[in-house]
Amino acid sequence: MHLYQLTAHELHELLINKELSAEELNNYIFDRIEAVDDQIRSYITLTKESALERARVVDKQIQAGAKIAPLAGIPVAIKDNICTKGVRTTASSKMLSNFIPPYSATVVEKLEAAGVTIAGKTNLDEFAMGSSTENSAFFTTKNPWDTERVPGGSSGGSAAAVCAGAAVCALGSDTGGSIRQPASFCGVVGLKPTYGLVSRYGLIALASSLDHIGPFTRDVTDCALILEAISGNDPKDSTSASYKTPDFFASLINDVRGLKIGVPEEYMAAGIAPEVRLAIEQAMSLFESLGAVVEYTTLPHTEYAVVTYQIIGSAEASSSLARYDGVRYGFRAPDAEDVMDMFMKTRGQGFGPEVKRRIMLGTYVLSAECYDDYYLKALKARTLIKQDFDRAFEKYDVLLSPTSPTPAFRFGEKAVDPFHMYLSDICTASSNLAGIPGISLPCGFVDRMPVGLQLMGRYFDEGTLLRAAYTFEQNTGYHQEFPEI
Amino acid sequence: MITEKDVDHVAILARLALTGKEKEMFTKQLNDVLEHFQSLKRLNTEKVQPTAYVLPLRNIYREDQVGDHISLEDALANCPDRDENYFRVPKIV
Repeated sequence: MHLYQLTAHELHELLINKELSAEELNNYIFDRIEAVDDQIRSYITLTKESALERARVVDKQIQAGAKIAPLAGIPVAIKDNICTKGVRTTASSKMLSNFIPPYSATVVEKLEAAGVTIAGKTNLDEFAMGSSTENSAFFTTKNPWDTERVPGGSSGGSAAAVCAGAAVCALGSDTGGSIRQPASFCGVVGLKPTYGLVSRYGLIALASSLDHIGPFTRDVTDCALILEAISGNDPKDSTSASYKTPDFFASLINDVRGLKIGVPEEYMAAGIAPEVRLAIEQAMSLFESLGAVVEYTTLPHTEYAVVTYQIIGSAEASSSLARYDGVRYGFRAPDAEDVMDMFMKTRGQGFGPEVKRRIMLGTYVLSAECYDDYYLKALKARTLIKQDFDRAFEKYDVLLSPTSPTPAFRFGEKAVDPFHMYLSDICTASSNLAGIPGISLPCGFVDRMPVGLQLMGRYFDEGTLLRAAYTFEQNTGYHQEFPEI
Repeated sequence: MITEKDVDHVAILARLALTGKEKEMFTKQLNDVLEHFQSLKRLNTEKVQPTAYVLPLRNIYREDQVGDHISLEDALANCPDRDENYFRVPKIV
């Protein structure tokens, strides 16, 4: 066992018992980054000096005999579409390659208040549009289990960093699966909270009715710790719910007796790799043997989820990304004749192909001739998808499925056909449309590549999700497998 | 069926200068994606209300009081072209 394989709660014990100082821990993680990140390429920017400075503050508190918070001194990586004051935040786009935010996202302020050290900013698909990090304008992140394969996306850098021991925990964002799918591909825990539980103030918006921020961790306990630290109402985010944060740590109970688990048959249907299906069926059997009631159920509108997500997601993206005009911040194309020419050239040169594709699609479905047929129709389909979940949760406490129909794919495998790539969102996009919470955790391996188990829950019932996930983890041990890198 | 002329029109609405090659590519890809979108037509939504946001949120108000705000210097720090306290842009009219 190496130090870089330990979880935040294990490292916390070492820190408070003075077996390790926070400065040593941070130096150690930066050494690890230096050793592996040439191969993995998870980080865009490292913030070593400020991390060490904050670590020394934590050490002084420990020396003075003060009780430190559970995450104090723990190195955390932040996806590079989450603003960090004074630290370059690019969204992996040429458009923002020199952008230095004048403020920090609420989640960053909350983590800093919890005492974490920020190791750096991680790679993503440009503006979080993608499922593989292949759309980053800078470079591609590799899967630590097999560097010929993608880490998933769009939060691929955060998932790969946690997986490779280049950060203890990380934050990502999830609009159609961008936390859960890379967590599944890299064999770590990733959670998308209920819409409104975690503030998005300072998140570079992709699609505001679908965007969520959430944690990547090596186990469910750390997931609860990070979620506890970042959730809660924020007056700066008008979509933030007035909901008192429960004690997520108290949900970590190794007991699912009597829990009712539904398995939507649509998520186990065509397109799912046989080995993935087998791993999910084994998870179902395990829950059953631990006293849960596990049954197949149905979410009949699932077949419309990816298309609905594509329409709403691209429509909102075309609106969110209208702000990149070359005036106040970001890239501006030189040699414009007039202001319209500047807008056109700036956006034509500053955005990559996937971003332009989605802006074009979004603008088209919102245009007067198409609004009713596509956009309004998709908003109605969204209602039906949400009602499917409402009905299912009348009967079940948790829904169980694969996170992704396949393990991590190879580079270039899906880049040929954009719609094929979008299909990798098939198990995850519905919960963004409905706003319900979902967690992905490792549940097996296919040829040494991790498989992810997804659990979805009722609104603001992260507690039950964490309890089910914790029970699964404590009775399996897949979270203790590490890639040889 | 979307033509290259439609793509031109949408590109202007979206303020995107596209190369000839991009126009060709997006014409094909938009047609492909829109074909997948046709599946939604099968869905009967006659009596269904649209959902724009999932939570029952109403307008959020606060007192109209001056709070913390970023300084003028910070607000202008990322500006590609600055003239004193203004963002400078090419001619508009």
